[in-house]
Amino acid sequence: MSSEVMIEARDLVKRYDDVVALDKVSMEVRRGEVLGFLGPNGAGKSTTMRILTCFTSPTEGSAKINGHDVLEESLQAREAIGYLPESNPLYPDLLVLEYLQFVAEVRGLDKAETRKRLKTIVEETGLGDVYAKQIRTLSKGYRQRVGLAQALIHQPPILILDEPMSGLDPNQAVEIRDLIKDIGRERTVVLSTHNLAEVQVACDRVLIINKGKIVADDTPDGLRDRAGKTRYLVTVQGEAADKCESALKAIDGVERVRGLGAETGELRFELLPTGSDDLRPRIFKAAVDNDLTLLGLGREGQGLEQIFRDLTTSEEAAGASDSANADAAE
Amino acid sequence: MQKTLTIAKREFVAYFNGPAAYIVICLFLVLLGIFFWNPFFLINRASVRPMFDLMSVLLLPTCPAMTMGLLAEEKRTGTVEVLLTMPLKDTHVIGGKFLGAVGLLCVLLLLTLPYPMSVASLGNLDWGPVIAGYTALFLQGSAMLAIGVLASSWTENQLIAFFSAGMICFALFIVTRFLPFLPQQLASTVEWFSFDYHYASMLRGVIDSRDVIYFLSVIGFSLALAFRSLESRRWS
Repeated sequence: MSSEVMIEARDLVKRYDDVVALDKVSMEVRRGEVLGFLGPNGAGKSTTMRILTCFTSPTEGSAKINGHDVLEESLQAREAIGYLPESNPLYPDLLVLEYLQFVAEVRGLDKAETRKRLKTIVEETGLGDVYAKQIRTLSKGYRQRVGLAQALIHQPPILILDEPMSGLDPNQAVEIRDLIKDIGRERTVVLSTHNLAEVQVACDRVLIINKGKIVADDTPDGLRDRAGKTRYLVTVQGEAADKCESALKAIDGVERVRGLGAETGELRFELLPTGSDDLRPRIFKAAVDNDLTLLGLGREGQGLEQIFRDLTTSEEAAGASDSANADAAE
Repeated sequence: MQKTLTIAKREFVAYFNGPAAYIVICLFLVLLGIFFWNPFFLINRASVRPMFDLMSVLLLPTCPAMTMGLLAEEKRTGTVEVLLTMPLKDTHVIGGKFLGAVGLLCVLLLLTLPYPMSVASLGNLDWGPVIAGYTALFLQGSAMLAIGVLASSWTENQLIAFFSAGMICFALFIVTRFLPFLPQQLASTVEWFSFDYHYASMLRGVIDSRDVIYFLSVIGFSLALAFRSLESRRWS
């Protein structure tokens, strides 16, 4: 796979009057990469995407799309992009077919090519049943497909999707996600989302943006490692919480034990380890030695959700080490 | 140019996909019919002059109604973001929208042709002034549409677009009525800016290049301002 840089942004600043929406955002996206763009609402995701798609101009800084500057060579830059804006706006009065034909025409596809592309795109996005219907009559899932078809019709090397999965039911979201994954094999995709599970599945790299600044840029796994201590969840039969707790605390490699509460005859604990060794055999052994009946033993990594919250709720939290100490279980 | 026409075509088709165009055209024709034919037989003359006076007034609400959604609705629903991130210049967008509306105006004017035709069948109609009248109507209507496109570029609200365009057109239309109250020097200048003055001059059956240039200037000026207004989004 070539590693050509398809999107390059340098120190993008966007000010609306005295509100700073973007503060020196730089990024590089290479060919064949699927980049997940995460951040709370109002962090600057959409603004960044709007600058990259030439809808709005940066106050300072520059961006290049496929080698074309978004200000100097805006038309060429736009030709290389397929864009699905937030909330997927469409013309409700047009038929699906009319709309896609219109987009193809504006994109400069000739008649024969348009016909060919329409056929493939309708197949790819599964619009076969509805292409002769008015867009206003379509369900949200189908509208999303129409929006994607619109973005894909001219086979752009770069796709920019602003929250492509928001507002869909879980089944639809999975379908659209798989579609995007398929598309992403040959193209450069930038997608923004709130759904962290989607990022883990669909993206090669994650950018987290907060208050107009990029606070993390890593692979999903890398992010987890950075923030990441694992934790163990232990369920023990019995009533004697103190005894259990001291027994668990005595295990080599356990830093902290926290009771998570008791149900009839069951006690639940959370263990945080000091190192990265797997503690499960030791926990089991300790249970046997102390004559405790283990009902459950689980090991889980800290989720992206937690990392996301840590990185975006306080400014200093960008340093990952403190975040591990945050309460992992609410 | 090709892209401008693509947009114009989409706008034109969109008019007829919804009820808006049919309502506007029907209202126009019905009102024209009532107000024109009622006094027609009283006057008992095969003249269409009153018809053209009437149509120029009827265009006042009609043209802003045809243009109010062109940009305002795209901004409200967000489709403007799709449109303006395609490889199109802003001039393509403005020009296309304007031409789409002009297309609808042509349909409207063509549908009024049966009126002079029936007048011709009732008496001896002089077609010269009719042709001049339609030219004048077309030019004045186009100027109003250009103002409508401009008003539509200012807001996300169709009603606001409708009323601001209507008010500007009405001001340019009614201003001749206030001339007696203005000082002599100013009066002739103000008169030159009015729709009425140029329209009336063309209705006399003479197509004067000055009148044509006036309407074309209004169109050019309004569309240029609309272009600026659309472009300003980038820097806001």
